[in-house]
Amino acid sequence: MRWLFNLSFRHKIPLWTSFLISFSIFIVGAALMTRAYEDMKSAVVISADNLGHTLANTVAPTLLHDDVWRAFEIVRSPLRAEIAKTPVQVDAVVVLTREHKVFVSSDPDALPMLSEATALGPDWERLGEYLRAPAGIKWPLVLEPAGSSYLYVALPITDKDAQLGHLVLRYAKSVFHPWFIDTLWQGLALGLLVLAVLIPINWYWGGRMAKPLVDLAQRMGMMMEKPPEPLPPDLYPYHDELGQLFQAYDRMVLALRDKAALENEMVKSERLAAIGQLTAGIAHEINNPLAGLITVVDTLKLRRDLDPRVLRNLELIDRGLMQIRDTVAALLVQTKVQARPLNPHDLEDIRTLIQPQVGKRRIRLDWSATMPAELPAPASLVRQILINLLLNAVQAAAEDGHVSLWLGRREDVESCLTIIVRNDGELLGDEQLSHLFEPFTSTRAGGHGLGLWVTYQIVTQLEGRIAARNIDGEVEFVVNLPLGDSPCSTASP
Amino acid sequence: MHQDTSVKLPGGNLRRNRRRWLIDSACLAAAGLIGLSRKSQASSGKIRVGMTPAFLHDQHSLLGEWRDFMAASLQRPVEFVQRDSYRETMDLLRLEKLEFAWICDYPYLHLKKEVRLLAVPLYQGQPLYRSYLIVRKDNAQVKSMTDLAGSVFAYADPYSNTGYLAPRYEIRQIGRDPGSFFRKTFFTWSHRKVVEAVASGLARGGAVDSYIWDTLAHVEPALTERTRIVSRSPEYGFPPFVSHHSVSAADFQLMQQHLLGMAKTDAGRRLLEHLHLDGFTTGSPALYEGVAKMMRAFGEA
Repeated sequence: MRWLFNLSFRHKIPLWTSFLISFSIFIVGAALMTRAYEDMKSAVVISADNLGHTLANTVAPTLLHDDVWRAFEIVRSPLRAEIAKTPVQVDAVVVLTREHKVFVSSDPDALPMLSEATALGPDWERLGEYLRAPAGIKWPLVLEPAGSSYLYVALPITDKDAQLGHLVLRYAKSVFHPWFIDTLWQGLALGLLVLAVLIPINWYWGGRMAKPLVDLAQRMGMMMEKPPEPLPPDLYPYHDELGQLFQAYDRMVLALRDKAALENEMVKSERLAAIGQLTAGIAHEINNPLAGLITVVDTLKLRRDLDPRVLRNLELIDRGLMQIRDTVAALLVQTKVQARPLNPHDLEDIRTLIQPQVGKRRIRLDWSATMPAELPAPASLVRQILINLLLNAVQAAAEDGHVSLWLGRREDVESCLTIIVRNDGELLGDEQLSHLFEPFTSTRAGGHGLGLWVTYQIVTQLEGRIAARNIDGEVEFVVNLPLGDSPCSTASP
Repeated sequence: MHQDTSVKLPGGNLRRNRRRWLIDSACLAAAGLIGLSRKSQASSGKIRVGMTPAFLHDQHSLLGEWRDFMAASLQRPVEFVQRDSYRETMDLLRLEKLEFAWICDYPYLHLKKEVRLLAVPLYQGQPLYRSYLIVRKDNAQVKSMTDLAGSVFAYADPYSNTGYLAPRYEIRQIGRDPGSFFRKTFFTWSHRKVVEAVASGLARGGAVDSYIWDTLAHVEPALTERTRIVSRSPEYGFPPFVSHHSVSAADFQLMQQHLLGMAKTDAGRRLLEHLHLDGFTTGSPALYEGVAKMMRAFGEA
């Protein structure tokens, strides 16, 4: 039985309602059938009463005059073999004398005249008991002996005040039954018709009712495995308790997503900060001896007596040290420089600078920059950010591909300068996205993997935000830089 | 008793029978003025014939045809007066409310002083018939009247020969008292209904007119097939047509000639065929000696 209660609502609601519908139809049907049976019985009794009174009045003189044949003709008159059997069709009419003997009956074979009424069978014995004790009897006497297939209706036959005998009308229940069965079948057919209409409606409605719940249950069940998905907005567009539950669920899903994104971001930032500290530390540790080494090599190179072979080696060492210095310099992003504010010429410069690369790869470049004559952002750093991002995009874009730039202040974040760079190259994987801004994580051959690291360092040190994502089949980098003192609240576009 | 009791008031009679007035207007106009004796009315006016259960008197269309035929033949208006018991017809004859009647032989002997034998129908070529003792078809045990002792028995009419007198006589012949021989007896007031009473099982046995049973076997075989003839009585004179003594000789002659001549016309033969009769003969009171003998046995004559 428990499995029944463990069923999904998808089945349980329709099952329960179907059961309730069937049960109600059965109860109403049974009540109507009982009522129909009682009505039929009372119709029989009313008809019997009318017929009985007529017959009793007509048959009284024949009893007085012992006119058996006339009495026989009278009691036989309501019986017609050829008419269709109806429940109100009398089965037999019997006239009993005062002594409870059969004076005449419509069926002389089964109920022969002169026989004792009590000798005619158990039904007649019961009837005799009632007729013998007439005190308090309410006429007509209706008798339905248990186990009998007949219903009896008895009336006294009187002439003036004298009681001459009794008239008994017998009705065959076997005639009721087919009639009743007919009614029953009709009722059943009607009930089935109602069920045939209601059950599909109920299954549809039940399924509709259960689907949002089932969806909700599935989503909540998977919450531990992956971030939950919000429900489709048209799943249940109503405002009852169920609708409120779904709205609450959606709010919870959004909150969870924000929380997850925030945590993710924090982890990333902390990691990047740690890496930055580490690299800065290493760079400083390298820079001090490196400066000494470079000075020594420079001093050595100034000597004139050096063997040409040694000189070549010194130059080799010098180039190597320079490369080390460049690399370390790149790691040590220095933003604390006094800089002039950004103006439109800077943007023109950058466009000109990247043009050779764009032309070489036949990239279609969309340039959309709206800015006033000046913006309070450090021009050199913004230039570096733009060059890094644009060159990256051009490199990443497909051959004959597309790169776009959007720069300006967005309406929702007026205090920020927003830079959006997109390219239609290969999309970034989850792994790439989570390590994108770490040093030496180049996504393409030939890159040293420091461009985005440097960009990230600059943006971070300017207290801005940078984020990357895949959108509309393109890779998008969004940078928000604060203009002035208030920070940029979000990295996402 | 709705029968006309106002014959002494010709005015009333006029109103009651406009047709007769139209047929015989001049004569009646005079008669109406001077008053009429019953006899003179009978001789010139309507002829009233009593019809009894001596034959299948409930074949109404046949009766209608016969009446029209008789009226055309006699050139007089004819009225058939049907009664369900012999007693009533006998009373009407005694009260002179009938001129003629077809009655059973037993009532004929009862009324011998008041009526004259007019004609006797010929049944199977003879003015004779019998009484049949019948039981239900499925009753194979009963071989004779003796086997019916203590049972319920249906008589036709207390003034019927074959339906009452003859079976009682038979019981007497076997040395039993007809009054106590049966457990219960009743009258059906018609031979046909005796057959019905026996066929339905209301009565175990019944006595019936052979002419009627045989006719029924043609007309309604489904009914007679449910019964079986146990025994046939000796032959008795056939139920006769009688006329009241008050009927004039002319009318007597007229009616007798009409009946005797029925077999000579096509229409008459067709009617006789429907009645399952062959014709009529004058007959004689001696025909009824057998009935008289039985009546004497019961101390009735």
